[in-house]
Amino acid sequence: MKTHEMATAGGATPYISVRDLTMVYGSHVLMRDMTFSVNQGDVFVIMGASGSGKSTLLRHLIGLNEPAHGSIYYRAENFTSADSSQRERILRNVGILFQGGALWSAMTLSENVGLLLEEYTDLTPAQIRQVAALKLALVGLRGFEDYYPSEISGGMQKRAGLARAMALDPDILFFDEPSAGLDPISARRLDELILQLRDSLGITAVVVSHDLASIFAIGTNSIYLDVSSQAITASGPPAELLARTEDSTLRSFLTRGGNP
Amino acid sequence: MIQVAIDRAENDVLLIRLAGQWELRHGLASTDAVESELNQKRRPSRIAFDTRELGRWDTSILVFLAAVVDACRERGVMLDSAGLPAGLHNLLGLAEAVREPAGARKELRESGFLERIGEHSLGLIAAVEETLSFIGNMTVACVQLVRMRARYRASELSLLIQRCGVEALPIVTLISFLVGVILAFISAVQLRQFGAQLYVADLVGVAMTREMGALMSAILMAGRTGAAFAAELGTMKVTQELDAFTTAGFSIVEYLVLPRVLALVLMMPLLCLYADFVGVLGGAAIGVGMLDLSWTTYVQETARAVRLGDTAGGLFKSAVYGALIATAGCWRGLRAGSSASDVGRAATSAVVTSMIVVVAACGVFAFLFYELGL
Repeated sequence: MKTHEMATAGGATPYISVRDLTMVYGSHVLMRDMTFSVNQGDVFVIMGASGSGKSTLLRHLIGLNEPAHGSIYYRAENFTSADSSQRERILRNVGILFQGGALWSAMTLSENVGLLLEEYTDLTPAQIRQVAALKLALVGLRGFEDYYPSEISGGMQKRAGLARAMALDPDILFFDEPSAGLDPISARRLDELILQLRDSLGITAVVVSHDLASIFAIGTNSIYLDVSSQAITASGPPAELLARTEDSTLRSFLTRGGNP
Repeated sequence: MIQVAIDRAENDVLLIRLAGQWELRHGLASTDAVESELNQKRRPSRIAFDTRELGRWDTSILVFLAAVVDACRERGVMLDSAGLPAGLHNLLGLAEAVREPAGARKELRESGFLERIGEHSLGLIAAVEETLSFIGNMTVACVQLVRMRARYRASELSLLIQRCGVEALPIVTLISFLVGVILAFISAVQLRQFGAQLYVADLVGVAMTREMGALMSAILMAGRTGAAFAAELGTMKVTQELDAFTTAGFSIVEYLVLPRVLALVLMMPLLCLYADFVGVLGGAAIGVGMLDLSWTTYVQETARAVRLGDTAGGLFKSAVYGALIATAGCWRGLRAGSSASDVGRAATSAVVTSMIVVVAACGVFAFLFYELGL
């Protein structure tokens, strides 16, 4: 959210560039030599069947896993070789919505959102509460500030997780399976929210998903991770991929197994 | 920096000029000036915005605007957001889109003294009921076990036996040896005054076999295994694994608690016997190293002093302690709440409960053994 003078996407340096990234799980190679870039203002979808390493790729992008080979750049900075303080600085501009929300169960929603503000801004406790309440209102949780995560539904936990991810007004948001565990209407609302945030604040979004409806609704760019060839076999806007792909696996994925 | 200017050019329109860099790190702007304007006798009927000079902005401006929106709504003043940048306009709409559900806000109030007593009493009654039903279930499970009809996975039992038996040996070795050394050392200092060093062997032998072997291994196992049981079952509760067992038709007590109790009841006497042996070894180390007794003398003296009944009594006690520790651990785990800190709390109270029941049982045994002349 740092600037709203975005929309100048494309052309400039990509927000994230991944070069020759190879991911392993133990001794098993998940994906090799992945190269792609995420531009500012993109809603970038990482697609792939279950077990293709989508979530693992996301963990690599935010530094929770180390690449076996290759490197990840945030703008011009090499994230892979950065030391911990540099990484922390880069990640300050990153918000992450984990699959189950991953809210801290010992804290209320307001405290969940407020903890980062408390740590990284000079706001007073009253102001932090005010900002946290606003973030929660943005995700439709007005009035739930004093609830503990265990007292609200899964969908609400997910939205609260998004409020926490947005706490510090990040430039880029990562979503791990945003629609998993949500009913169709809530899932669609979340999609709309992602688009709203992009349009209003110029947030870049990286979304791991295998929910087709969501992929087509929000994705402006995408990559497809293919399990059998352990590589990215397609990239481009999802709707375009569907129209032009010759690859039967991808076609089958994009049409839920129809039109082989 | 944040700049807010208020302009009341036309009488019924309040123009708010927003300019400068609005970023959270510069702090938040106050809405006092706007509110005081709204509180005047001739209040404006409409609020409009001028954002031509507005630079970068983030959440901080939204917080300000949301407060203005609330203030306007309270007083029935119209808000004209046409002057805001499109993105800001959208976000403000988003924040205001969902009304607060009626009754959603939590009432944070102090409950009265009597109310708290009442709540505590009701909680206590519920806890007693749950405890009784757990004990009932345990009894049923034990009966099933005796009739060889209890359902649990044998592979899990052997795993548990390994975890609370063999894997506990290093810590039991260390602590029992030290207890033996300490007992011998303290008694040596006293007995030396009477030239009765030899009786160090008697003292260490009897103390270890009758009480210390069982008690020390029980306390170790309460901290080591009781807490582990509570944390394991507590986590299974949080992740709904227990619900999955229940709905699949398994009795939690029979399937999960029974093998744990069984494992500890089987292993505790063995650990206790081992602790007795290592403790006597620790005593012997002092006897031989410090008191110039020979190994043979020390061993003979120990053999003379320690009766089979002492050792058997200690082993019996340790089996009972094992049952108590495992039951308390599992019980605390099953009663855990649903968050990460609840699991921690369950593990803590498992250790505390185990220690209390073990020490209480120790007292009961001391009294019984004395009365029975054992």
